[in-house]
Amino acid sequence: MSVVLEARDLHRHFGGVKAVNGVSFQVEEGEILGVIGPNGSGKSTLFNCLLGQIPPSMGQVFLDGKDVTGMKPIALSRRGVSRTFQLLQVFPQLSARENLILAGQEHIGSRMKRLFGKPDAGLTGAADRMLEQFKLSHVAALPAGGLSYGQQKLLDAAMAFMAGPRLVLLDEPAGGVNLSLLGSFRERLRAMNAEGGSTFVVIEHNMDFVMSLCTRVMCIAEGKVIANGKPEDVRNDPTVIEAYLGH
Amino acid sequence: MNHPYRVLAIALLLVLVGGVAGFGLKPYPIYLISQWAVYTISAIGLNLTLGYAGQISLAQASFVGIGAYATALLMPHGVPFGVTLVIGAAISFILGVLLGFPALRVQGHYLAFVTLALATIAFLVFRNESWLTNGTSGIDKIVRPFPFTSDLAYLWLCLGSLAIVTLGTWWLLRSPWGRAFLALRENPVRASSLGVDVRMYTLLAFAIGAALGGVSGALFAPLGQYIEPAEFALPLSFSLLLMVVVGGSGSFLGPFLGAMVAVALPEVLRSFQDYYLVIYGVMVILLLVFSPDGLVGLIERAVRRRPVAAPAEPAK
Repeated sequence: MSVVLEARDLHRHFGGVKAVNGVSFQVEEGEILGVIGPNGSGKSTLFNCLLGQIPPSMGQVFLDGKDVTGMKPIALSRRGVSRTFQLLQVFPQLSARENLILAGQEHIGSRMKRLFGKPDAGLTGAADRMLEQFKLSHVAALPAGGLSYGQQKLLDAAMAFMAGPRLVLLDEPAGGVNLSLLGSFRERLRAMNAEGGSTFVVIEHNMDFVMSLCTRVMCIAEGKVIANGKPEDVRNDPTVIEAYLGH
Repeated sequence: MNHPYRVLAIALLLVLVGGVAGFGLKPYPIYLISQWAVYTISAIGLNLTLGYAGQISLAQASFVGIGAYATALLMPHGVPFGVTLVIGAAISFILGVLLGFPALRVQGHYLAFVTLALATIAFLVFRNESWLTNGTSGIDKIVRPFPFTSDLAYLWLCLGSLAIVTLGTWWLLRSPWGRAFLALRENPVRASSLGVDVRMYTLLAFAIGAALGGVSGALFAPLGQYIEPAEFALPLSFSLLLMVVVGGSGSFLGPFLGAMVAVALPEVLRSFQDYYLVIYGVMVILLLVFSPDGLVGLIERAVRRRPVAAPAEPAK
């Protein structure tokens, strides 16, 4: 197993606030790493530092052993890193299918070839398969902005997989998805992980979802890693319980 | 109305109607239709930058000016019209790229001010650099390219150019580029996380829009056969902006309708003389209050509201 993502002593300070305060971890190929922690513990800031949205104040990020610290999102995207955002981010005026085509098109051929090639960049088939897998086929042609919150959340996640990414960072994918959908959503993510051979890092508050989806869980509190291990062990770790209850 | 082939067909039909109507019309109406075609090309360019890619520009008139001066200055030296048109478009394209750079840093009102600055600089160059542009006296006796010397033939040249621009823009917007432009407008942060090169597409949105302004200018100069700096000052930029907004920003047919209103309204309201602009202004305000997506939005709603025999419940 090779290490796909590694953070080495990452720091991110906002004025006096140490949002991320010396975080180090590794993610191995094929893992689903869950990142948990109380609100304001620095999870999203950690994601943003890993993904080039904001540069870390200190420390390094490695992707497949290469230093990618502070690399722009677009460059990371070309290296097969994909993400979803905590707040919903689909393109409301495009149809669900068009959202998926957009998510994949920039990874196919050169820009000039795309201009003179097919309008859908040859992605309609792939987009429709993705819609089917995420149980969104019936809304394929509707503007994404008109879908229910849960459906948009699924679409948002599906978009992250369109380019066949090597590493996917999911920021609260289950938030707002209704209970009846959650089970099949989790199975879909597992299948994506197994079939697509991609590695996941998932921030999530829904403990049951994290525990049943992830192969390993890391808990962050006040910008530091306080536990890192098997889901069950982390769940029962007294410092983790303390961090949650103490806030 | 959103069906891609339908909007293309309607746009080309409008062009065709203009061309056929030319047969039965006097020179002045022919001039007006030619003017419509020229403004529409320019508005299509601005619609691309503003409507689709979401980047405001108040400098579109400058590119029309660049296209017009390139043609007016180069044709007397024996450069064929087709070449002057390409040169005007190319200079505009390059300046458009430069104008795009501030947009990578500032957006909205601030971007409007930056483009306003370019528009002002361009106007000052047209007016003050007399050695090149003949200053406020302007350039007269601009000849029309053979064989499009008659009013009717020149109308067809303008409409033919509009048809080509229409087809090209339609292709562009339907391609993955069009989708990327929309992504740029709706959510640049998410777009870049999906691998959309926001920087490149912003520059392209400005450059392509500007190049169409240049094409429009190249046709503009021989149409009236006289140009002067004031024609390419801010009022034209605002007028083009109004065409896009009144027609329907971000809709394919918007510029066609917006330019039609801008050309026809002064004629229709001629008897009101000085009050014309007041009436125009009030109409624009009313339109935007009731239909923020312009005339195209208004028409779309009218078509949808029409009673249908079948269950009329639209899919939500």
